[in-house]
Amino acid sequence: MKCFAASVLTGFSLVLSLGLSACSPNEKPAALAAASADTGGSAKGDFGPPQGEPIKAVLTSPPLVPPATGRKAPAKVIVELEVRELEKEISEGVTYTLWTFGGTVPGSFIRVRQGDTVEFHLKNHPDSKMPHNIDLHGVTGPGGGATSTFTAPGHGSQFTFKALNAGLYVYHCATAPVGMHVANGMYGLILVEPPEGLSKVDREYYVMQGDFYTAGKYREKGLQPFDMQKAIDERPTYVLFNGSESALTGDNAIKANVGETVRLYVGNGGPNLVSSFHVIGEIFDKVWFEGGTKFQENVQTTLIPAGGAAMAEFKTEVPGTYVIVDHSLFRAFNKGALGMMKVEGPENKAIYSGKEVDSTYLGDKKVDLTSVAIATRAAAAGTLSLDMQVKAGGALFNGACSVCHQANGEGLAGVFPPLAKSDYMTSDKSRAIAVVLNGLTGPIKVNGKDYNSVMPPMSQLADDEVANLLTYAGNSWGNRTGAFTAAEVAKVRASTPRAKGAAH
Amino acid sequence: MAPNLKAWATGIGWLLATTLAVGQTLAPVYRVIPGGTMKTLLPPDGKQAAVTVRDFSMRVLPVTQREFAQFVLRHPQWRKTRAANSTLADSQYLKSWPSDTELGAAQALLPVTDISWFAADAYCTSEGARLPTWHQWEYAAAADDKRTDARSDPVWRGRILAWYGQTSRALPAVGLTARNVYGIQDLHGVIWEWVDDFGALMVSGDNRTQGDPDTLQFCGAGALSATDRENYPVLMRIAMLSAMGAASTNRNLGFRCVKDSKPVKGVKR
Repeated sequence: MKCFAASVLTGFSLVLSLGLSACSPNEKPAALAAASADTGGSAKGDFGPPQGEPIKAVLTSPPLVPPATGRKAPAKVIVELEVRELEKEISEGVTYTLWTFGGTVPGSFIRVRQGDTVEFHLKNHPDSKMPHNIDLHGVTGPGGGATSTFTAPGHGSQFTFKALNAGLYVYHCATAPVGMHVANGMYGLILVEPPEGLSKVDREYYVMQGDFYTAGKYREKGLQPFDMQKAIDERPTYVLFNGSESALTGDNAIKANVGETVRLYVGNGGPNLVSSFHVIGEIFDKVWFEGGTKFQENVQTTLIPAGGAAMAEFKTEVPGTYVIVDHSLFRAFNKGALGMMKVEGPENKAIYSGKEVDSTYLGDKKVDLTSVAIATRAAAAGTLSLDMQVKAGGALFNGACSVCHQANGEGLAGVFPPLAKSDYMTSDKSRAIAVVLNGLTGPIKVNGKDYNSVMPPMSQLADDEVANLLTYAGNSWGNRTGAFTAAEVAKVRASTPRAKGAAH
Repeated sequence: MAPNLKAWATGIGWLLATTLAVGQTLAPVYRVIPGGTMKTLLPPDGKQAAVTVRDFSMRVLPVTQREFAQFVLRHPQWRKTRAANSTLADSQYLKSWPSDTELGAAQALLPVTDISWFAADAYCTSEGARLPTWHQWEYAAAADDKRTDARSDPVWRGRILAWYGQTSRALPAVGLTARNVYGIQDLHGVIWEWVDDFGALMVSGDNRTQGDPDTLQFCGAGALSATDRENYPVLMRIAMLSAMGAASTNRNLGFRCVKDSKPVKGVKR
């Protein structure tokens, strides 16, 4: 694998330092190498003056990443980035004034090669209210460029730096008050490729997390002003990927095909939170943690500090939707830190089967089934009483039915219809039996109220069990249907069709 | 501002403008601001936050487009065709004006913006006044309608921050915001304003520079050494002004003038 200088240089320097004359490719001196090898950092990052004509950098908006530079020699690269202050939607019906590098949050992705000389132009649109600057973490020098790029609205600044260190770096605005500028979306990523470039992958995407502080509550509609106190208290209203709840969901989900290798360039703008970056249903084959030169393998969740980044790479194996989250989960499900990757292609049941069995598991709902056994014996002996049936049915009800219909038979208003004093359930015994056996999907009216829900078929239960169950429900909570018999159940079972996949 | 209110304001502005254009010049109204001691965000020596501000008078309203047009008529060297793109003003000077002496429609009562420091300074001189110092401006702008120093009130701060958080829109006419305890209007929520000593604010372009403690570096560190590190509204004023050069102009940057507090014609106490 020749993804980064490290792996190549590792073997090389080992040969030199130990004076070995041969190094079999099968040997893995990884431990030694890790201890001794390094790329030399900035000390070995200057490959001399730029060669050839200056090149204008290709900038991309998230989630896209510019193509690899493909260069073998240091060049002069011109980057032009414009600051815009824009009112944008961060959640449905919720707008916020974002301060942006290039019109998007996160800002435009910049891609250069180690050793490149970068001529950086920062422009601040005349409609801006604020002065802005830029600190690129990939810059060696005071303020990372911030001291040289303080730019009033309607002005432009220029400075030049040499990209001495390879890696994935955050850039951000550093104008007073810096926390507020970052909280309003002023961050992005710059990739400094190692000299030999990065390994080829099928897909590259740009994802960046940030926390937002609005005066209104989560999803409170309208234009939301910045809430300084929440920012100081580090209590964000939103935690977002790519500046909006919908940036990576629905039609905006990032896409890949089965069998492709995907590399995510992930940044965390903060300003406050540290991200526990995770893709549900994937394992990162490699993570260049902290955006640096070394990678870790087989990673579930990688920690990305505020003002830090990481590259995460994985091969897709089976189709489906993979959810991208900050695994600090209340951020994902209550503050918006959620994105999606849709993988298309053929199923591979050998790797992931999909759902094979859906069976009832009673767990701690499992109750003493002695009463069921008594009823079964009594039925065989012809001595079954209503009371025995109710007792046996109650035991089954608590196992299977009470999850939805509730132990008191009241159901859940609007979701699961009630059985207690239910006209639907008590007015037609055959229908009640059929519902238990075949399930029920779609709109019904119970006690004058509309329900539209799904009940799975319970046809795995024996006729006498169904009879007992219905006898319990029909004679509890004020219902008075009298007994249901196994014979009645058998008749309905014989005369109605089961849904596909249901037990017969 | 709600659109209907904005329309109303513009309408009134236009009406007043047409009335005024017929003839008389209104003398600008100044009000006396009694001096006092204040904690400043920019201590003169970098450490001692208390400064004493002597009595002074301040214009109730920022200078309007119409007032500036009259000034330009009297002082042709400040016509845009002459002053723009010079050492005294950049190319965007008075860019909203269709010609040297014409205002855009319904502009008369809007605050004049796209003005360089030199132009603002010249205007105030013509009015027998000068630009306020930062401390004078800060002192007057610390007040709300009930208190002389409302800066610690999170509601006050939040209201001002909300204006910073809006993207640039059409400016409102002057005089629509509440008078503060001194009777001054529009210090917040309308425009940025030039101050006389803006060049001495010495805010570092980098918010976090922890440099020489004797310089007024304004930063994460500046915020730490500042007396009031939560006062973002004032902090951002300073950052904005420190980004400008004396010839710079900006569509949200205007000015008002002050005078020393000897009894001045037109002053009401």
